[in-house]
Amino acid sequence: MNAAITPCSEAELQDVVKEAASQSAPFRISGGGTRANIGQPVAGQTLSTNALSGVDLYDPGALTLVVGAGTSIQDIEDTLAGEQQMLAFEPMDHRSLLGTNGAPTIGGVVAGNVSGPRRLQAGACRDALLGVRFVDGRGRQLKSGGRVMKNVTGLDLARLMCGAFGTLGVLSQVALKVLPRPERAATLVIDNLADAATVKVFCKALSTPFEVSGAASIDGRAYLRLEGLDVQVGDRLTRLREYLDEGGEVIDGDAHHALWRNIRDVRHFADTGGSIWRVSVKPTDAPRLLTTVQRELDAKTSLDWGGGLVWIQVPQETSESAAGVIRSAIGQGHATLIRASTELRQKTPVFQPESARLTKISTQLRAQFDPHNILNPGLMAA
Amino acid sequence: MSSIEMPEPDARVLGNRDAILKALAEALPADGLITDPHQTLAYECDALTAYRCPPLAVILPATTEEVSQALKICHQLGVKVVPRGAGTSLAGGSLATADSVIIGTSRLRDTIEVNYPDRYIRVQTGVTNLSVTQSVENDGFFYAPDPSSQLACAIAGNIAMNSGGAHCLKYGVTTNNLLGVTLVLADGEVVELGGAHMDAPGLDMLALICGSEGQLGIVTEATLRILPKPEGARPVLIGFDDAETAGECVAQIIKSGVLPVAIEYMDRLCIQVVEDFTAVGYPLCEALLIVEVEGSEAEIAVQIERIEKIALALDPREFRVSQSLEQSELIWKGRKSAFGAMGRLNDYLCLDGTVPVSALPLTLRRIGELAQEHQMEVANVFHAGDGNMHPLILYNANLEGDFERAEQLGAAILKLCVEVGGCLTGEHGVGIEKRDLMYEQFSPDDLEAMMQVKDVFDPDWMLNPAKVFPLNASAARRSLIATQGAAK
Ligand SMILES: Cc1cc2nc3c(=O)[nH]c(=O)nc-3n(C[C@H](O)[C@H](O)[C@H](O)COP(=O)(O)OP(=O)(O)OC[C@H]3O[C@@H](n4cnc5c(N)ncnc54)[C@H](O)[C@@H]3O)c2cc1C
Repeated sequence: MNAAITPCSEAELQDVVKEAASQSAPFRISGGGTRANIGQPVAGQTLSTNALSGVDLYDPGALTLVVGAGTSIQDIEDTLAGEQQMLAFEPMDHRSLLGTNGAPTIGGVVAGNVSGPRRLQAGACRDALLGVRFVDGRGRQLKSGGRVMKNVTGLDLARLMCGAFGTLGVLSQVALKVLPRPERAATLVIDNLADAATVKVFCKALSTPFEVSGAASIDGRAYLRLEGLDVQVGDRLTRLREYLDEGGEVIDGDAHHALWRNIRDVRHFADTGGSIWRVSVKPTDAPRLLTTVQRELDAKTSLDWGGGLVWIQVPQETSESAAGVIRSAIGQGHATLIRASTELRQKTPVFQPESARLTKISTQLRAQFDPHNILNPGLMAA
Repeated sequence: MSSIEMPEPDARVLGNRDAILKALAEALPADGLITDPHQTLAYECDALTAYRCPPLAVILPATTEEVSQALKICHQLGVKVVPRGAGTSLAGGSLATADSVIIGTSRLRDTIEVNYPDRYIRVQTGVTNLSVTQSVENDGFFYAPDPSSQLACAIAGNIAMNSGGAHCLKYGVTTNNLLGVTLVLADGEVVELGGAHMDAPGLDMLALICGSEGQLGIVTEATLRILPKPEGARPVLIGFDDAETAGECVAQIIKSGVLPVAIEYMDRLCIQVVEDFTAVGYPLCEALLIVEVEGSEAEIAVQIERIEKIALALDPREFRVSQSLEQSELIWKGRKSAFGAMGRLNDYLCLDGTVPVSALPLTLRRIGELAQEHQMEVANVFHAGDGNMHPLILYNANLEGDFERAEQLGAAILKLCVEVGGCLTGEHGVGIEKRDLMYEQFSPDDLEAMMQVKDVFDPDWMLNPAKVFPLNASAARRSLIATQGAAK
């Protein structure tokens, strides 16, 4: 493998991409490399954003953070912690699930629209994104959005970049909205619920005004997280427990932090074999999907986002047929093959295939931003 | 009076008027087509009333299928289409040209599905913003984005402009509350984006559509996230002797970890006019903040205690907590009627630039100086928590040249917003109003990249052309159809 190219400035990045464009030489774009095996396998020279790092602006009174795309999540979290603030969308760390090393970067998080359990209440990465700077496949230095909270000036290319996995441009800088850290957090744990009952409890809890900020379920245990001011959390916990009338115990303190980190990172499937699917559904459709995949694929499942996010661990034996079974069992929503062998990924559309017209639009959008097909080519191909 | 240019109408289309109207009449129900020039006059402008032009015809479809039919015909005949919701755009977003037809959403009025367990509502996009909340509030839910125009404006326009409101500080703007749309493309094909689930499968085209100002397609249905209503809410009034201290107070509140649902700002001129109009009992001062917090009684009490501590340390002229539901309503009534009250006294131009919260005091000072230089009066009433300013430039429409002076001052203020790190528009959109200022914020490459996205969705530039992008930047694309049209 060639050594990675690591531009130190936007200007250098632009030169490198222009050069590659003129030769149609493809890049594998890499931040920390912790999500390198998501998507179809990509051949190409590694282009690293690691040297485009550092905090360019942090204005806690305006809840605004502007950083280089190669800045590590750890650095960002440390910076924000100094002011009792946080990335509210709680980005998942994929290392344990995907078995990767390295330090996750904000560029990778934005490119994958990576969000965690709090997505439910505080929005996804794309919701916190205020603006981006990037170099597209024509070698143009472009920007969209800015650093302010409200901005409708022109088309929202920033959010288009978010979730495009680098196929439209190489992010060089991102601006994010941050939020105050909650003073206190606690979780109500309810045991022994079947899947359908779990989703019912989630729907009920999420229809209360208590701003439940996490609703996940693993192995028949349902977790409902409350966060906020000191008085708020205690009071809401008592009332939520009464209202749900399912009993349950409370977790808080140090154990609490670890609990949600594990849920966020899907640790429960980290050391399993087979393949892992991530499915986004209408919450009340989840139980039916779970029944189907448990029965037909002998799969293990867990829930997040109040039932709106389903994780499926498919054993080796049924991995080949999983795509068909899962995708035909989804109502509204989509399934992504998040972890699988290279061979399986090559045989399976990793991202949900779209209608003919939407596929055409996606292809044409890519052709506008990357006409030479040099940025993570084929990564999102169906 | 008009300093914003619109392109000359396409003579080929004007000459073909009868054939176009005939084709539309054959395909669409009679009650969905307006061609009588007396009646199309009702559609000659939006809320940027200084610019007027009736369209060739107005189409008011009642179904997605009818929108698709209409677009197919316009596509075949090379007729430009201006999508329109309720026509409350302050940016001229739904202004027609003489060679265009308007496709309006006023008959797309159905609520298709209300789903409480999954917390969404699906509507046709002609429903008003307020009616969405009204359809779910008896069951304890609400739709969060709340533009001041919510009684009138349609979800269609909200999506096209990515509209916000006073409570966006906590709940986000339209794009953060939109789950899916049915979109009719320029050639009439119908596509679905998103749905009841929470994220996009491939490229996030929903994000692209939201805020695209009718440039990429016509949105006929939408799935919107609804939220459980908070247990209670209470506003606090804090008056200061100067903008700097008010700005400092905003930043400190935000930093303190209390996240109010709204922080609104009014200056002396605005307070005075609102008081004359509604007598809601605002304290007369240089800078008034309305800060609202939500929750149970106990939660509200704690939050207000903290805000009070921050405010009192800054020596306010007044700190007043609403003591009752009636008082809270009065406080918001004053804020929500501010534009209306201003409008009774004066003509005004409403700007919409956003600046970093930390730059608010500086920006307010500079606006005051610019107003003096231009010898005009400016009133300020805006969403301070997110830095979204609404300077209202007062002018007299009957005074020769006054409107043009207001526009010049407006341009200077918007440039200032960009200079201090902000943008031209926070929630009203670019439309025609800020179209030619886009170079202040974007490079030619940035604009080209956006236009290339439009090329994908609308290759002939038939949807709402001559908006958003500076006229000179889009000229070649807009004349494509004129040069190739005959051949099509
Ligand atoms: C007094 C007053 C107060 C206001 N307060 C606020 C406020 O607090 N916050 C705020 O954000 N805005 C505010 N506005 C601006 C305006 O109300 C919003 O922009 C609103 O969303 C426009 O909605 P509409 O239905 O009137 O759209 P229109 O004015 O009809 O159209 C707006 C844009 O949407 C496009 N469009 C319309 N329908 C469709 C469709 N079906 N598909 C695709 N594109 C379409 C049009 O082409 C146009 O570009 C205010 C306006 C007024 C007059």
